[in-house]
Amino acid sequence: MFHRESGVFKTSYGADMALYPLPIAKWTVVILALIFVVIVPLTVHEYYLSILNLIFIAIVGALGLNILVGYTGQISIGHGAFMSVGAYTAANLAVKLGLPFWLTLPAGGLMAALIGVIVGMPSLRIKGLYLAIATLAGQLIIEWTINHVPAISGGAQASIEVGRPNLFGFTFNTQGRLYFFLLFFAVVAIVATLNLVRSRIGRAFVAVRDQDIAAEIIGINIYRYKLLAFAISSFYAGVCGVLYTYYFGIANYEQFQLIVSIDYLAMIIIGGLGSVLGTIFGAIFVTLLPIVIRIFMENVGSLFFTTAEMANVISGLRLGVFGGLIIFFLIVEPEGLNRLWRNIRSYFRVWPFSY
Amino acid sequence: MTRFVRSWLGIAATTVTLAVGGGQAFAQKELVFGLQCDRTGPTANVGTVLCPGYHDYIALVNSKGGVEGYKIKVLEIDHEYKVPPAIEAHERFKKEGAVLEGLYGTPQTAALNKKLEEDKILGTSPGFGTASAADGKRYPYTFPIAASYWSQGGAAVAFAKEKLGDLKGKKIAYLFYDNPAGKEPLPILEDLAKAEGFELRTFAVPAPGLEMGAQILDITSRYKPDFIITHLFGRSPSVSIKELKGKGFPLSKVVAFVWGSAESDIIAAGGMGVAEGYNTMQFAGVGKDFQVLKDIEAMYKAQGKTPPKEMDSTVYYNRGVFIAALHVEAARNAIKAKAGAKPTSEDVKKGMESIKGLTLGGLLPPLELTAADHEGGGWVQIWTVKGGKLVKVKDWFQGNRPTIQKHLAADAAKS
Repeated sequence: MFHRESGVFKTSYGADMALYPLPIAKWTVVILALIFVVIVPLTVHEYYLSILNLIFIAIVGALGLNILVGYTGQISIGHGAFMSVGAYTAANLAVKLGLPFWLTLPAGGLMAALIGVIVGMPSLRIKGLYLAIATLAGQLIIEWTINHVPAISGGAQASIEVGRPNLFGFTFNTQGRLYFFLLFFAVVAIVATLNLVRSRIGRAFVAVRDQDIAAEIIGINIYRYKLLAFAISSFYAGVCGVLYTYYFGIANYEQFQLIVSIDYLAMIIIGGLGSVLGTIFGAIFVTLLPIVIRIFMENVGSLFFTTAEMANVISGLRLGVFGGLIIFFLIVEPEGLNRLWRNIRSYFRVWPFSY
Repeated sequence: MTRFVRSWLGIAATTVTLAVGGGQAFAQKELVFGLQCDRTGPTANVGTVLCPGYHDYIALVNSKGGVEGYKIKVLEIDHEYKVPPAIEAHERFKKEGAVLEGLYGTPQTAALNKKLEEDKILGTSPGFGTASAADGKRYPYTFPIAASYWSQGGAAVAFAKEKLGDLKGKKIAYLFYDNPAGKEPLPILEDLAKAEGFELRTFAVPAPGLEMGAQILDITSRYKPDFIITHLFGRSPSVSIKELKGKGFPLSKVVAFVWGSAESDIIAAGGMGVAEGYNTMQFAGVGKDFQVLKDIEAMYKAQGKTPPKEMDSTVYYNRGVFIAALHVEAARNAIKAKAGAKPTSEDVKKGMESIKGLTLGGLLPPLELTAADHEGGGWVQIWTVKGGKLVKVKDWFQGNRPTIQKHLAADAAKS
């Protein structure tokens, strides 16, 4: 973060592609780990942990979407539906067969991946807005199916209650415990994505995104990689859905409707397409901003209004400010928060000799 | 760039300081109530009227010295009908020490049932949420406090029976919003169809329910039912009124569930004059003819303000008052039980379970909440559009209660 790279010379391709570009970056990771594993859970109030938990789940889902949209260039508006596929798969397995989370979680992901491949098939023929509409159809079909097939939805309520995740007799039943549960999966998702995008597969994705004909000419099987992108992305979405299910204690398809797909697209566009750090920023931004705006306005507003009047003002203003800030950030930096962060960083890199 | 960064750091720092410092100043004699609202989401037509009603009643109670000496502070969070913000809202209420919270929305209630139980904070879900939550043993901290969709289904059939005489051989159409909430009363309706010997056919309206020409045409031209029960949300009730009217179906043979029953729905369908005969189901009293509403008006006048315009939309406004009144009563019972000491959320839960005989001049049904029955009996009223306003045609009643209890018992045995 604040390290200087003078004196570090890379002499091999391996060194250039390393996960840690600088030796000191390892220490950054250690410090971050210390903050998130030890300091935050010990010092922060449960309420803030619950917000972090929502952010962790959002990060997993948004990373999946960014692999598809940001890295492979395939637009999807069906992300919410893939989450519901994972959620219902896990809930059914957990309730009907009594399986533990470490089996239902990958199972939910794999089922979502399978459905994702099917919904992603039109991507072999169409691109851009056309694909967006095809995935939108996928979203609606999946929603309808879950709503109307009792074998999946578990009855008219279309919701299945699941127990809290349990590992060797240890139950994750408070926000503090769920924090570690969700942190683990968020970290796994981040590390997996970081490694994926610098691997052969990740590079193939980027090649497909930049120019699919060119990619095909240099020997990339674009059909395979487009479907693989859908599969991996949906796997993340499925896992995200399973995490939501365990976090809420219930699988309910109304939690994964079209608006959720749009929210996740907003996260990666605000954060920065094709960037892991950007995805994290986006997930934080979209989850946190409404809360921060509200808390800010509650405190400032209470000086001028009564509670009842303020409630009315806050709701409207919050939407306005939220939308306004998104526009503001995208005008300031169209490439998202990730680019903004890089700009800040490169400014400080030469500071104080900025000219 | 620097100025930009600095200004943002400044704003962030202010926010954090305020956030940390804000919630600290607690008065000794104060109770915190949490209220979840939807003022900006798909059902904003409810939230923008219901929530002011809630706040006004609490303000009225506070202006008269509070509950047993305790002032009530309401924390309201607008979740836009989304689930994650509802979770965040619950955690916030918990942090601020709320003794109870008002939930809003069926998926939000579903997602919070378990958390409420774990955190031992009661949540009220009047007129929505899971019908089986009426069973206090199964969901100890969820309180429907008003007629669930099952009870509404039972009441709708009872009302149809009253209108048509005998139901044997009659045809009833059920027009519903195609989501879990819309489908929830189906088992009750199917059961009653068998018991009463009428034919039931269902017509689903897909979200967002603004286009139902095909369904209405199917109902009015092909099925030709004797009675229609509608269960719609958001803007779709007004569409259904308009379409049924357009096809010439007599609105007096239609009864709407509680979320298709507001003045605003009827007005949006073309005005009260158009919907003559339309029957609405209510879980709180309608109109302004209640002492408590006059007290609220008087409170505003005493402060030199005009009463808010939301008061004119009496269906939802009164429901806000209804919820607030039950919350206050639960707190009052809890404080009394502890002889004036500050109640915990568990005390308030017990207080809620001992509510009985609170009617507020007819605004509330004669409900009785117990540890086993969190629904309070499932009472509703029927109000009909007559001569440009809603008129009460059937006072508080419980429709087909035995059927609902049978289903509750079966549901409890299943879990």
